[in-house]
This record gives sequence, C-alpha cells and structure tokens, in this order.
Amino acid sequence: MKELIQTLVETNSPSGYESAVRQLIRQKIQPFVNEIKVDALGNLLAIRYNPNAPKIMLVAHMDEIGIMATHIDANGFVRFIPLGGVYPYHCVGGRVRFLNGVAGVIGVEKLSNPQEMPSLEKMFIDVGAPDGKSCPIKVGDVAAFERPFLDLGKRWVSKAMDDRIGVAVLIETLQQLKLSAFEIYAVFSVQEEVGVRGATTASFGIAPDLGIAIDVTATGDTPKGHKMEVSLGKGPAIKIRDAGMLADPRIIKWMIKTAEDNHLPYQREILEFGGTDGRAIQLSRSGAPTGVLSIPCRYVHAPSEMVDRDDVENAVRLLTELLKNPPDLAFSA
Amino acid sequence: MGRNQLNLTLPAFGAPQIRLLEKLSNAQAVSGDEGEVRKIVLENIRPNVDEARIDALGNVLAIKRGSANTRVKVMIAAHMDEVGLMLTSEEDKEEGYYRFEVIGGIDPRVLAGKRVKFAHQDKFGVIGSKPIHLTSADERKNLLGIDSLRIDCASANNKIKVGERATFATEFMRTGDQLRGKALDDRLGVAILIELLKHPFPHLDILAAFTVQEEVGLRGAQVAAYALDPQVALVLDCTPAYDLPLEVEDPDHPIENARYNTKLRKGPAIYLADRETLSDPRWIAHLVQTAETMHIPYQFRQPGGGGTDAGSIHLQRSGIPSISVSTPARYIHTPAAIASFTDWKNTFHLVYSALNRLNADVFNQER
Repeated sequence: MKELIQTLVETNSPSGYESAVRQLIRQKIQPFVNEIKVDALGNLLAIRYNPNAPKIMLVAHMDEIGIMATHIDANGFVRFIPLGGVYPYHCVGGRVRFLNGVAGVIGVEKLSNPQEMPSLEKMFIDVGAPDGKSCPIKVGDVAAFERPFLDLGKRWVSKAMDDRIGVAVLIETLQQLKLSAFEIYAVFSVQEEVGVRGATTASFGIAPDLGIAIDVTATGDTPKGHKMEVSLGKGPAIKIRDAGMLADPRIIKWMIKTAEDNHLPYQREILEFGGTDGRAIQLSRSGAPTGVLSIPCRYVHAPSEMVDRDDVENAVRLLTELLKNPPDLAFSA
Repeated sequence: MGRNQLNLTLPAFGAPQIRLLEKLSNAQAVSGDEGEVRKIVLENIRPNVDEARIDALGNVLAIKRGSANTRVKVMIAAHMDEVGLMLTSEEDKEEGYYRFEVIGGIDPRVLAGKRVKFAHQDKFGVIGSKPIHLTSADERKNLLGIDSLRIDCASANNKIKVGERATFATEFMRTGDQLRGKALDDRLGVAILIELLKHPFPHLDILAAFTVQEEVGLRGAQVAAYALDPQVALVLDCTPAYDLPLEVEDPDHPIENARYNTKLRKGPAIYLADRETLSDPRWIAHLVQTAETMHIPYQFRQPGGGGTDAGSIHLQRSGIPSISVSTPARYIHTPAAIASFTDWKNTFHLVYSALNRLNADVFNQER
C-alpha cells in the first residue's frame, strides 16, 4: 500500500486540474470494477454492479490544494492566488511545481513589520526567469506544492495526504473486497478543496441510497494544539459532526457496531471546523443517509501532512467490513 | 467540423445596439425587482426565439432551436438585475427622510452626495451628507457608513414607501469609444445576449437565460440552469477594469500594478478562476482558439475573487461545463461605469464566433 500512496501523493493535481491523478487511479481500479465513467466536471465514477442491492456512494476527493498564477511582472516574478485553503505561514520559503513541469520558490516583499504574517498578496513565485518575457509561466497556470513523500516508519508524510490517503483507502478496499451487500458507486471527486463542488454534481448524478465520504480529519495530539479528541494511531475516526454536516446517526451506529464486532480500533470524531464531500451527498436531491470515515492527519493543509500507517490499514479493514453488511436505516420511533 | 471558421462573416454591431444598451442602462432593475429590464428583453427577443417564458423567480428563459439533426444544448446567461438601494425606515415623514440599505455590493464610500431615482415612478432623492463647511478635519478622515447616511426625498408628498428600491440617477452617454452609464454590469451582457438570439445557429439549441438576483448571490441562475438542463453553459457578464498604470508607493521605485483584474480596450475578458468557479479548460481553449483564428483581441480576467452566474450554473444537476466572458468596465457598482465600445463589440464577436465553431467534440475529451 505504501507504493500506492507514494505514487498518488507525488502526482500533482490541484483543484480543477485533476486529470493526472485521475489517469493513475483509473489504472489502479480498472480490474476491480464493472464500469468506469468520467462526468462533466471530471469526477471519476467507478461502479461495481449488484443490481438489486442498495446503492452506496463512496467518495474520496482526488484534488489537492495549490495555487494559480495571476500576473507575471516585468522582472519575471509570478503573483498567485490560492486554490483551496492555503495558509500564508506555510508558504514563505516553500516550493511549487507547475503542471508544465516548471518549479519555483515562494518569496515575499519586504515587510514594514517583520513580526506580521504576510498575506499571499505580498508573496510571489520566483521560477528563476531573468525577465517577464522569458518567464515560462502564463496567467492561469496551476501549481502544486513541491515536497517528496516521507516515510517515518509508522508515520507517513506528504503534501497531499488530504485526500490521497482517502483515495488510497478506497482503491485498496475495492481491490480487497470480494462480495458486497451494495451496488457500489466509488467516486474520486474533483474540486473538494474549493467547496465540495465535484461531489455535489456526482451525488445528483448517482442519486445514492446512502453514502460514505473518506477524508482526513484534524487531530488534537500535538503540543498546545487544537483541543480535539482525535489522535494519530488510535484508529480511523467515525465522524459525528463537522462544520458542514451532522453525520446520520444510523450510519454512525452502523460504523461503530461494525468496528466493535470486528475488533477494529476507532475514534469518535467531532471536528469544529471544516467539511467534507459527505455534506454534498447528504443534501443532494431528497437527501441520503451519510457518514464519514476519517483518517486522522496532523498538519492538514501544510506541505507535510502526517498520517499513521495502522490508522490507514484499519480504515481499509473497517470500510471493507462495512460493505459486507448494510445498516438498518429504520428511524426508531 | 464541417465549418470553415475563416469564412465566418462577423455581423454588424453599432448604433442600433448602442441604442438598445442606452435603454437597458437607464432602465431600473435592482435585484428582486427586474420587471423593467425584463419587459425590454421580452419585446426584443420574442420575434427571434421559439419560446420565451418567465419562471417562478422572474428569470426570462428563452429557447432558440437549431435546424440540424444533432445539436448541442448551450445555455447562455446574462443577469438583468443591478445593485441598488432599498428604503428601510422612514425617519421624518414631513421632510421625507429615510434610512436605507444597499442591495448587492456597493462601497459605502461612493454613496454620499449622490442623486438617486426610485423605480416605477419619476421620483428622485439625494443621499445627503454634512456639508464641508460644518465638518472638522478629523471628521473628513472618517468613512461615512450607511448608518450615518439618509436618503432625502425632499417632501413627504412623494409617498415613497419602505421597501421601495432606488438606483443611482445616471443617464447613459456615449462619447467616442466610451460608454458611460449605470448598470453596465450587466446590461452589456444582456444586450449581447439579445443580439445573439437574432442570428441562426443551426447546430445549436440556444437556451437563453436572462437571470434575476445575480448581485445578491447568483440565485436566479441556479434555478434557470436546473430548468434548462443544458449540456454546457456560457455566462456573459461585466467585470471591473482597474488598469491604473502604476501603484506608486515609493516614487523612486514604482511598483507594477499586479492586481488590475482586467484592462480597458484589451478585449473581452475570458475567466480562468474566480471565487465560485474554476472555468472549464475545454471552454477556455475553445474561446482562445476562436479569438486567435478570428483575430479578435482577448484578455484573461485575472484569477481571483468575485463570481458570476457560472458559479451556480456549473453545479446544477450532474454538472455543467461552464465559463464566463465579460466586457471590462471601470468603476462598476458606482454611479457611473465606463466601458469601451470596441471591447463590447469584440465580446459579441468572440461569443458569436465561438458559438459558430462549437460542436460536441469540444467537450468529448475529459476535463
């Protein structure tokens, strides 16, 4: 699985420009599904037939945060805007790689107050061009953050764990799963980082009976970190709520029971900010019962996002078990 | 393909179109009250479309079907509404003194001292402020917020009621290449869409949407796109040009203006990304190729904030590949915007040519 993850995270595909990672995912899942489609926005939809079974939508987003060039000045410096949640304090001194292969470093204007945190507007990318005319970057060109995969033994680090780790869990599950209780619609969605856009249209197209999003969640286990119950290495997290959704109680119950029945570690997740593709499924058309399987991740949206190997493997086990037995969707009176 | 785009003749675009724009610019259609513009739109499109209807929110949805056997369903949208003011409470009945709110994005700094006109009646008011004779130097440094401003309707006899809408009282004017008026955002787009409907596109079904409530959150376009259910969509809008030559912070080291959004007289602005939409790359390529083939100038609107109807259109149903093309204009959302006739004409010609060259193959490749 490590090789799969490494290939996925080192493929650059910022929001709106996901074709490279889509091509890679398509190759990996081809033998394990009956049908593959790409929709109008670029979502990759893979179907595993099971005609009379309930339709489940599983979604992991394949885009990552990045930047887009807005202006190339006379001296060849590139101004940019973020694609998704890019924090200024991760940028200065960082490196980016444009989709045309050109690399650059992020510099910043002289600050009137060196203590202040500069906004992205005060930053620029230096691609080493001697002047504007010979700069190989055009307005609208897109780049991802440049950082190789890092293996720390039990912990893995990358600039795009969010959400290639979810993509990897979904691919691995499709590969391992034999018989399923569902007709499976596995969606590798686009444009999550700019506002769960791909999952919105994919959910409408699929009209699932229920759904599970697979995405990263933050942790509260770092020095003086955000107060949160989730820790790295204590198992995949079952979302109760985040800023975008209240997970369906029937799905939560089903996920917890499945974890306990199979002696898999899990954590109950309450995330006070953020949201996932789960929201899009839950609110599509007439609504669908939806939950989220989260992979705990430190330093989300930094160029060094860290996950725990056991959490990842247990997420695959839990998802595989979930797909064997459908939940009881009756509301208790 | 089957079409030689180099043989395409560009339709005339001049005085009659400017007359239509003048009428549209002077008409009042603050978001939620678009009737005046809707009437002009319907009068002008009825002879040229197969059907035209008004939907539940007030959008005008018109269909012009092509004659070919296989046709692409293209939605083209332009918003009818404009930013404006709404009276919120009567403060002095005798004097006709009202508090107000803004509808859509208006910078409070442009309000004081302006003349406003109420919709559906020939009544005017003034956004009053304290005369300079009475203000202190310190006061003049402060921003006059909406809470400290009132609309003065001069007399209670006006019987203007709370909830009524007003726009800046600006009359349209053309001087040389310069088009000046209120609500050029987005009457420039509305006029182009009206004009497009006059021309046959045998290989397309044109699904035209003259939308409402764009300025308050892309609301009309959302339901319009759901109803029309197009294969692809193009939005005609108007975007700021902030093309000052330099931002001079230090006169010895002038800093290049890196945030101009667009520049006047540099051609129609093709969108790459704004806060609501990442433009479909297939549309971008199609428009750029069209412009280059037809020798029509174009520019990219700088990626950044803001949003157009494309933001709600592309997320409808199973997803609709979308893009926006804007005519640039200086000072939009103020009493008087300034656009270039040449840019406007080129916007029409670019979209006209792009539609002529459009076929299903453009979108057959995966995004």
